[in-house]
Amino acid sequence: MVLYHRTLREHMAGTLVIGAGIAGMQAALDVADAGFKAYLVEKEPSIGGRMAQLDETFPTLDCSSCILTPKMVSVGGHPNIELLTYSEVIEVEGNAGHFEVKVRKKPRYIDVMKCTACGICAENCRLNGRIDSEFNVGMGKRGAAYVPFPQAVPLKYTIDAKRCLMIQRGKCGKSPPCRDACPADAIDFEQQEEIVELEVAAIVVATGFDPFDAHLKPEYGYGIYDNVITGLQFERLSSASGPTFGELKLNDTNIEDVVFIQCVGSRDRNLGNPYCSRVCCMYTAKQAHLVREKLPDAQISVFYTDIRAFGKGFEEFYDRVREERVRYRRGNPSEIYKRGDRLVVSAEDTLLGKPVEVEADLVVLAVGLVPREDAQAVVGLLGLSRSEDGFLKEAHAKLQPTDTEVEGIFLAGCCQGPKDIPDAVAQAKASAASAIVIMSQFTKNPASGED
Amino acid sequence: METEQSILERCDLWGCIQCGKCTGGCPMAFKTTLNIRRLIYEALIEGAVDPSGMEELWDCTTCGTCVLRCPKEVEPADMIVALRTVLVDGGVIPPTIRDALTSVFRYGNPSLMPPDERADWAEGLGVKNIADGADVLYFVGCIPSYDDRAQKVAKALVKVFQKADVDFGILGVEEKCCCNEVRRVGEEGLFEYMVEEQLELFGKYNVQRIVTTSPHCYNTFKNEYEGLDIEVRHYTQFVAELVKEGKLTFSGELDKVVTYHDPCFLGKQNDIFDEPREIIQSIPGVEFREMDRIRDRSLCCEGGGGRMWWEGTNPEDRLATSRFEEVLSVGADIMAVACPFCLLTFELAAKAGGYEERVQVLDILELVAEVI
Repeated sequence: MVLYHRTLREHMAGTLVIGAGIAGMQAALDVADAGFKAYLVEKEPSIGGRMAQLDETFPTLDCSSCILTPKMVSVGGHPNIELLTYSEVIEVEGNAGHFEVKVRKKPRYIDVMKCTACGICAENCRLNGRIDSEFNVGMGKRGAAYVPFPQAVPLKYTIDAKRCLMIQRGKCGKSPPCRDACPADAIDFEQQEEIVELEVAAIVVATGFDPFDAHLKPEYGYGIYDNVITGLQFERLSSASGPTFGELKLNDTNIEDVVFIQCVGSRDRNLGNPYCSRVCCMYTAKQAHLVREKLPDAQISVFYTDIRAFGKGFEEFYDRVREERVRYRRGNPSEIYKRGDRLVVSAEDTLLGKPVEVEADLVVLAVGLVPREDAQAVVGLLGLSRSEDGFLKEAHAKLQPTDTEVEGIFLAGCCQGPKDIPDAVAQAKASAASAIVIMSQFTKNPASGED
Repeated sequence: METEQSILERCDLWGCIQCGKCTGGCPMAFKTTLNIRRLIYEALIEGAVDPSGMEELWDCTTCGTCVLRCPKEVEPADMIVALRTVLVDGGVIPPTIRDALTSVFRYGNPSLMPPDERADWAEGLGVKNIADGADVLYFVGCIPSYDDRAQKVAKALVKVFQKADVDFGILGVEEKCCCNEVRRVGEEGLFEYMVEEQLELFGKYNVQRIVTTSPHCYNTFKNEYEGLDIEVRHYTQFVAELVKEGKLTFSGELDKVVTYHDPCFLGKQNDIFDEPREIIQSIPGVEFREMDRIRDRSLCCEGGGGRMWWEGTNPEDRLATSRFEEVLSVGADIMAVACPFCLLTFELAAKAGGYEERVQVLDILELVAEVI
C-alpha cells in the first residue's frame, strides 16, 4: 500500500545510480563532486556491496573495509547525493535527459529519524541469533531487528519483515520486546512502503553480481560437508569483523591442511558459465597468503588449471605467495569425499600425471561470479539486453564498454561482467563521466543548478 | 591418420584444456595405468594415438564420471571406446570379450547361452508373450534372463507387475541383447546390426512402452537407439510411480537398515537418483541410511563397459571392497542396488572379501517383492 507520494524535482539535473557497491558509490561520488545530483538506490539496508564483506584485497593487501568505509561515509554525507537505501527501482520511463523513475522505499519498521543505532532492539529481538546473517554468508547469526554490519551506512536498524514475528503473525509475545526496549521510541510497525518519484537525465546501472552457487557442483559436497566453504565465506571467516573474529576455525576441527580449488563455476560449459571470472586466481592467492599468515605451519595446496595473474602487481603477488610455501598443483579436482573424519580431495596432478588423494581439514572453493538472479528484471526495467554470458550488454565490446544500447543509460562494475575492484572503479568513473556529459547537455550551469 | 582425425573430431577433443578433472575422478586411474587425460593430450599433440599394447584401455568401466565432470563438454569415455574400436577392428581384444561379442552375434546374448532357454525363468509365472498384446513390454535383459541370481530380480518385477495389475508382456525367446556393452567395447558394427534387428522386433509387436530391469538396457534404448520413438523407462521410475499413485501397496514390513548404491548408468549417466530412494523409503519398516559417496559422487562397481567379461589389469583391488566398508560404516544390513551388473559384482566381492555374513546385497525389486 502506498501511504503517500513524495516527489523530488530539483532544478539541478541528476543521475540515478542503481546499486551502491563500490562501482555505484564511485559513480555517485563523481557525479556529485561534479556538482550534479546523484540518486543512489540500494536494495539492501546498507550501502557497501560485496566489497564490504571482503577481508583484505589483492595484491596490495589493503584491508577492504579500511579503504571502503571512508568512501561509504563520503557517500552518506555528500550534499549532492540522495541516498535511497532498502529501496528498489520499480519503473523507468522516458529517455536520455528525461527519465522518470519510481523508487519503492521498503518500510524498515524503524523510524530512521529517531533511531540512534544503539542496538537495543536487536538485543531484545526474540529471534536474535537465530537468523542466518547474509553479510556473514550464513556463518553468523542475526535477529529480525538488525544492522547488516557495524560500519553500515546509514547506521540505522532494520526489521526484517519476512522473519519478524510481529509482522508475520501480528503478535510477538505479549508485546514486541524490541518496541518496548527502544529508548528512542523508533520502532513503528505501522510504517508503510513509500513511492518516490524522480526525474533524472542519466542512469548508471551498478547492480553487481551473485557469487556462483557451489551447490551446482555436487561433486564437491558443498552444503554436505561443513568444512567445504566458498571463497566469500572464507573472506568472512578471515575477517576480524567476521563470525570468528578472524580466527580460521570451523567447529572444533584443528585446521592443518587447507586445499583451495580454483575455477569453481567458471570456465564451465556444462553449467553455461564458459567465461573466466577473472578474480578467483588472485583472490585465492590472497587467501592462501592469509592462511599462511594465520596458520604458519599449515599445509596449503592450491589446485588450479591455469593461473591468470594479468593485472598490475598480480604476477609479483603470485610469486610471493608461492614463496610463502603454498603448493600450487596443476589439476582441477574431480571429487571430494570423506575418509573417517577427514575430507579427501580427489584430483589428478597433471604435471605428475598421477591421480592423487589429498586430505584436508578445510577446502575453499574459488567460486566464480555469475549474473545476478534479478538481472532479467533489471534488463526489463531499463530496456537493456544481456550478452551471451548473461551479464548486461554493453553497446560495443571495445569502443563503448560502459554505454548501453539505450542512450543515457550506462554500466559500471560486475553487472557488465566479472571484474576486480580497480576495474569496477574505472568503469564507474567512465560511466559517471558519460552521465555528466548527458547532464551537461540538459543543464546550462550545473554549479548553480539553473536550467 | 584419417581414423585418428575422426577420433579427435568425433569426441570434440579440441576443446580439452587438460585440467585433469576426468582422470582425477576416474575410478580406474587410481588402480590401473589408465589415464584418459594423458591419452587426449597425446591425440591433440601427436594427432593420433596408437592403442596397440594398451591393455589398460579395457579397464575402463564406461561409468561416465569423466564425461559428467568435464567442464568443456569433451566426452573422454568416447575416446576410449573409439580406441577400443581400433583394437576390435584389428582383432586385438581380450579373448573373453571376443567370446562375448561372438555370442551376442550368434545367440543374442553374451554368455553363450541357448536362445531357446531365454524365457525359461518365467515358466509357470503366468507371464504372457508380447505377441499376445500388452501395454508394457518388459525388456528383461541378458543377465536377468539367464543368471540364477539375477533371475530372482526378474521374478520380483513380475510379482510387482502382477500385484499392481500392470498389463505387460515379454519378448520371450525372441528377446536379444540390447548391446549397450557391445557398443562400449567398441564393436560399433555389431551394435548397429543388433539395433536394426531390435527395432524390427519392437515394430513387429507394435511396442509402445518399454520397462527394463537393467539401467544399461535403459540407457542404450533411451539415448542411443536411433529411430526408437517409444517411451522407455527403467523399472525404478515405473515402480516409484506405481507406489506414488497408490497402485502398488505393501502388506508386510521389512525391519532392516537399508542403504542404496547408485548404478552409474542410472544415476551419473541418466540423472535418476530420486526414484530408487523413493521406493526404498516407501517400504514399511525400512530404515534408510545414505552412504557418503552417493548420487553424483557415487562409486562405480566395476561391472560396466565390458568388465563383466574381463577382470581388468588389477583384479586384486576391488572398488566393491571399499564400498562394503562404507556400507558397514553406516550400519546397513542391506545394500540395495538397481542394476544386475552391480548385483553380481557386489555379490562376488562380498564372497571374496568375507562380507557375506554382514551385508546382504539385494535388488530394490527383491525388497519390494518381499512385502507385497
